[in-house]
Amino acid sequence: MVEKDMQKMENLSATERVRNVKTFMPRVDIFENKDSLFLVADMPGVDEKTVDIELEKNVLTITGRVENGRIKDATMMYSEYEIGDYERVFTLSDEIDREKIVATVRNGVLRLELPKAEKVKPKKIAIKAA
Amino acid sequence: MFNPSLWRFRRFSDAMPELLNLQREMNRLFSNAGQKSPEDYPAVNIWEKEGSAVVTAELPGIDPEKMDVSVSGEILTIAGSALQETFAKGETYLRQERGIGNFKRNIQLPFQVNAQAVEARYEKGILIITLPRIKENLPKKIKIK
Repeated sequence: MVEKDMQKMENLSATERVRNVKTFMPRVDIFENKDSLFLVADMPGVDEKTVDIELEKNVLTITGRVENGRIKDATMMYSEYEIGDYERVFTLSDEIDREKIVATVRNGVLRLELPKAEKVKPKKIAIKAA
Repeated sequence: MFNPSLWRFRRFSDAMPELLNLQREMNRLFSNAGQKSPEDYPAVNIWEKEGSAVVTAELPGIDPEKMDVSVSGEILTIAGSALQETFAKGETYLRQERGIGNFKRNIQLPFQVNAQAVEARYEKGILIITLPRIKENLPKKIKIK
């Protein structure tokens, strides 16, 4: 694994926070089957209360707030990673059925299931023999 | 005349946290230059608190059962494997950025650790290990006769 892959990537285009924190791009896996689109994002330090998912038209925004990455009453001696919020924006090509979106957060990983809307599901067209 | 007046120093103190932050960032930039390798996963932050070291690491999506934290002397070892995604038929990848497979990292601490009193927590994808120092090694206060 190269260094680039190991460090969190700062999201420089993210909207600035009021709090003085950096914003990072969560690493994601995206896969699909014929019914849904699945998105899995690594967001350590985030739980179900601090994650926010927004779908406006076909723009999906994931934001995560990391409340207290610092250890109480402790002094930092050595640092290899930085602590900050997460934000990433995707443009979706498929029409999504927004009523049926399912999101879960477990162990700092966000899982999103985005069911495709009925009308965009590929339909097989039977050809009748003449 | 050349002594820095304490009064002036106090005005400075407002900016101190900011300055320390900057110093830390600079140290981080230079101390790690050219040393990154897969053995350096996961990245850790090390904190000091009342005679113990607190090591934190970002390890999202790992089964805590499959994580192995061990201490011997002054070496802390963190090992484990990331959860593998299982694919059902008909699923295709559009983008893959996650996934690290197995990892193992040894961290040398500047003191002997009291292995019995080590505590590890895993919450929200962050591993937090508290490593207290062996009592005999704590700095002793010497009474002056």
